[in-house]
Amino acid sequence: MPKLTLRVNRETHAIECAANALLVEVLRDTLHLTGTHVGCDTSQCGACTVHVDGRSVKACTMLAAEAEGSAITTIEGIANGDTLHPMQAAFQEHHGLQCGFCTPGMVMSAIDLCARKPAPTERDVRTWLEGNLCRCTGYHNIVKSVIAGAEVMQKAGKP
Amino acid sequence: MTVQGVGASPKRKEDRRFLLGKGRYTDDIVLQDQAHAVFIRAPYAHAAIAKLDASAARAMPGVLAVLTGDDVTAAGLGGIPCGWLVKSKDGSNMVEPPHPALAIGVVRHVGDPVAMVIATSRAAAKAAAGAVEVDYDVKPAAGRIAEATAANPPLVWDQAPGNICFDWHIGDAANVDAAFAKAAHTVELELTNSRVAPNAMEPRAANGFYDAASDHYTLYTTSQNPHLTRLLLAAFTLHVPEHKLRVVAPDVGGGFGSKIFHYAEELMVLVASKRVGKPVKWTSDRMEAFVSDAHGRDHVSKAQLALDANGKFLGLRVQTLANLGAYLSTFASAVPTYLYGTLLSGPYDLPAIYAEVKGVFTNTVAVDAYRGAGRPEASYLLERLVSKAARQLRIDPIELRRKNLIPADKFPYQTQVALAYDTGNFQATLDMALERIDYKHYADRKAASAKRGKLRGLGISTYIEACGLAPSALAGALGARAGLYEAANIRIHPTGSVSVFTGTHSHGQGHETTFAQLISGRLGIPIENVEVVHGDTDRIPFGMGTYGSRSAAVGGSAIVKALDKIVDKGKKIAAHLLEASVADIEFADGLYRVAGTDRVKAFGEVAFAAYVPHNYPLETLEPGLEESAFYDPKNFTFPGGTHLVEVEVDPETGVVEIVDVASADDVGVIINPMIVDGQAHGGLAQGIGQALLEEAVYDGDGQLANDSFLTYTMPRAADLPMFKVGNHVTACTHNPLGVKGVGETGAIGVPPAVINAVLDALAPLGVTDISMPATPEKVWRAIQAAAGKQA
Amino acid sequence: MKDFAFHRPKTLAEAVALLEARGDAKLLAGGQSLLPVLKLELAEPSDLISLADVEELGDIRVDGDRIVIGAGCTHDTVARSVDVQKRLPALASLAEHIGDAQVRNRGTLGGSVAHADPAADYPAALLALGATIATDRRRIAADDFFKAFFETALARDEIVTAVHFPLAKRAAYIKFAHRASKYALVGVFVAETAAGIRVAVTGAAAVAFRVPAMEAALAKQFSPDAIAGIVIPADELNGDAEASAEYRSHLIGVMAKRAIQACA
Repeated sequence: MPKLTLRVNRETHAIECAANALLVEVLRDTLHLTGTHVGCDTSQCGACTVHVDGRSVKACTMLAAEAEGSAITTIEGIANGDTLHPMQAAFQEHHGLQCGFCTPGMVMSAIDLCARKPAPTERDVRTWLEGNLCRCTGYHNIVKSVIAGAEVMQKAGKP
Repeated sequence: MTVQGVGASPKRKEDRRFLLGKGRYTDDIVLQDQAHAVFIRAPYAHAAIAKLDASAARAMPGVLAVLTGDDVTAAGLGGIPCGWLVKSKDGSNMVEPPHPALAIGVVRHVGDPVAMVIATSRAAAKAAAGAVEVDYDVKPAAGRIAEATAANPPLVWDQAPGNICFDWHIGDAANVDAAFAKAAHTVELELTNSRVAPNAMEPRAANGFYDAASDHYTLYTTSQNPHLTRLLLAAFTLHVPEHKLRVVAPDVGGGFGSKIFHYAEELMVLVASKRVGKPVKWTSDRMEAFVSDAHGRDHVSKAQLALDANGKFLGLRVQTLANLGAYLSTFASAVPTYLYGTLLSGPYDLPAIYAEVKGVFTNTVAVDAYRGAGRPEASYLLERLVSKAARQLRIDPIELRRKNLIPADKFPYQTQVALAYDTGNFQATLDMALERIDYKHYADRKAASAKRGKLRGLGISTYIEACGLAPSALAGALGARAGLYEAANIRIHPTGSVSVFTGTHSHGQGHETTFAQLISGRLGIPIENVEVVHGDTDRIPFGMGTYGSRSAAVGGSAIVKALDKIVDKGKKIAAHLLEASVADIEFADGLYRVAGTDRVKAFGEVAFAAYVPHNYPLETLEPGLEESAFYDPKNFTFPGGTHLVEVEVDPETGVVEIVDVASADDVGVIINPMIVDGQAHGGLAQGIGQALLEEAVYDGDGQLANDSFLTYTMPRAADLPMFKVGNHVTACTHNPLGVKGVGETGAIGVPPAVINAVLDALAPLGVTDISMPATPEKVWRAIQAAAGKQA
Repeated sequence: MKDFAFHRPKTLAEAVALLEARGDAKLLAGGQSLLPVLKLELAEPSDLISLADVEELGDIRVDGDRIVIGAGCTHDTVARSVDVQKRLPALASLAEHIGDAQVRNRGTLGGSVAHADPAADYPAALLALGATIATDRRRIAADDFFKAFFETALARDEIVTAVHFPLAKRAAYIKFAHRASKYALVGVFVAETAAGIRVAVTGAAAVAFRVPAMEAALAKQFSPDAIAGIVIPADELNGDAEASAEYRSHLIGVMAKRAIQACA
């Protein structure tokens, strides 16, 4: 089996996987980073969203082999020790999650938005989340969470 | 560290693990030596299996076994049972066809499982599945209600002539005939309630493990009710006693009804594990979910409303054909009967009702409970009909409703369709919704929309639902094959922290927080010191799970009952410690007090004494502080309210935009306002999804046209506005918390409000009817057709 | 997904050599169209040749009266390019509304153009702007490039390297998206370049196409009214569960009108 070196959450992993292994399969099955979820087969739901070199990407629509040489960040890699990332904290504060399944993808997607639009409007958030489906919240509190998380991130001065 | 009781909005205790990516969903669980399964599913809606040859697949690398219908028969596995026996008008039982876990000889819907391939990896199982040869002799299929009820239809089951499972009725036909005979106005409506796919974001999964040493099975599964699954496995399908069977529903990523039911895959991973000697996991992919998860709704109805000259309702007549799919799922027969027909009085004082419901088999995946389950179908029919009556009689739709809503002083109110509403105030919720949407200035907004070339419409729906399933004796009399009480166990630990074991299950509802609030507030201990345990039959005494907005009303009430016992036992201990009589001990704010004195013992001291009984009335009282309770509800609960929707229609494209939504619900006493609002939002989104976006479209031959998120339109953030949700509380009169239930309000109340809004917007163009979902093309065509008629 | 051999060549020449050597190889750019196809096993290539490390493909530069965008530029890069935003804002806006954010972060101009999905957005822009597709060996006018359903003028071993977009005096793209997939049900790109006025439609038929009747009418009078009554017959268009051919025909008129208005 082909060998790969993947850099995930600031750690380097030497792994073996088939050439056709998707990034999400390697994250979940090989590295046991099960916070990245799979909710569809056709690249719509966004539950598998991770960052590749800081940009949100659907890990179900990228080969693990394509990610070699890039910095990958998953939901497990954004908190600072015991302190939640401001976007994670905002989701808790504003009840932006219910069953939690779409949440990692939502949070990763939202952080990418804030890197581009530090003070997103409601419309910005709703449009940006085109690629992330949630069945529980009706998005209302997700939108509130993202706007609030963006404010904290902007004040802290870091994405 | 704070006490957070009923009415507080503490942040959710469960959130942290989900936000850190540390949730533990079924597919996240990998057992030692884990094997994987995939199912081969029928590509045809109706066919005989002419040939099934798995020999090549069995020889492929990594393949451990291939199971087929023959194995199901040989193992003596029971069929998947239906949990509710419905009887027809003539007293005969519904037709209950067999439901084998893997098809035996014949497949009856696209997605019907034909064989199961077990291998050492998912990839190997998939590859081998491709090597299983299956030949089919395709038979004529009945893909929709129309084909199934046509003359000489293809039969899904030979034992169900005309594809009729049951022909049920409720109400009084003679009374209704009399009402129509004296009516000044009659309003008629034919409508469909469109079929939807539940699509919880977490696809179903099951991981089964048979331990030969102890002859014991463990099942991890995406279930809303692990005890019910264990009960059905034990009694009906696997035939293994409960003590040899543990069912765990760990973190579950949404259910919306679709994870209530006992599914074949849950049974088969256990059977397969015993066969191959390894744990066996199956995880559905999304396209598989579309053809194997039970769908929702799918009714075709005719309804007539009789009114007097003043617009007062006199009578309602309803005939409904309800699609059940090819097999009867767990609650399939109850949903279009006892959860639908009994709700046809809505929030109205309706003196005569008669409804007939025929359950229809089709060559489609099963139809069963989906958020609201029967109640949205009743609400949609009634609210479309009432708004049509308003238009026909030229009465304002709000005023027509006001005229007919049950007055607040008329509770308890006995309907003509069995239910007795204990409490409510529909006028108050109507007023609140109108205020929230700023109804006073609606005309200005409509004019502003018109200036931008948009047609604005306002839609209303006043609704009621029945929740808190269910009084067991009543449910039993109506055909339920299980009790519908709930269980709780409260274990006070020696140093005063608490574990609560509930038979309900949280898959997004936030029980770990709301139930902890019940303990925190009552015992006066910090919410951080309360742990809520759910979803594991080995840890929790018993339970019926979570559906029908029952968790707080039934499960919460069981917790309150157990708390009562804890508090009472604590009084006896405190009386001993304080050398007072039990009758003189009061308990409040975490303190046992000798009434009228400052002599107190903290709850923690009492708990400690119970476990370290050095100074304790051991002759009269057992040590320890742990109590269980079972609570059987006395009645259903009846949440209700008003939903208002404003839409803008682009007349050139037919695009409908939801511009405002206001809801005023009465869900009874609110434990956690933050969570209640969140539940309302989610229900509204699903209701709007059905009204505008979603539909599972079968063709006449039983092929599902849209089986992925590429073609099935899920609501997205940009499709929805911020919701204006509000609550007016009338406390439920018959449970100790006064709660009613909030999980389904949105899905029940809002779909007719959306369609009524679209019809209101299009009324000036002459459009009088549109079906769900109101897609752009459908709206555009309705506008074209109306223009053609007017020209 | 069937297994394959995976390659990451560093140069165009290496990539071409691999394509020639491997019988059933496919190029992988951002993968946002190809990987979904592979996951559904609708294609089973022997080899995937990733273009991620081929540096020649990543530039955006202004070259006189045209803007040249490297095939490897992601939709996001195009959308956020100051040059594109300033000089060809309609194209930046088109790129900003392709798929969703995650797709735009991976999907590339070259991948989209070579894939030639009949519901993709870029083909409308290429046709309406009169763009030229540069490959490892030649230049192809957009008019000659999109041949049929998922079919282009590219040779099997040919690689798109860049697209040359003429700048426009005015241009706009208006899309009516499929509600579920977000692909174009109908997208209309209207542009006035030095070469004249062009109108191109994507999503409505087996391949993106121009509408000469609208172009002629707009050449006389650039206003929404000028195209009133110009109808693409439904029998030339796609119909499916989401939108019938009749509805698509109607939408072409509406989207064209709105694009003309947006040009103002």
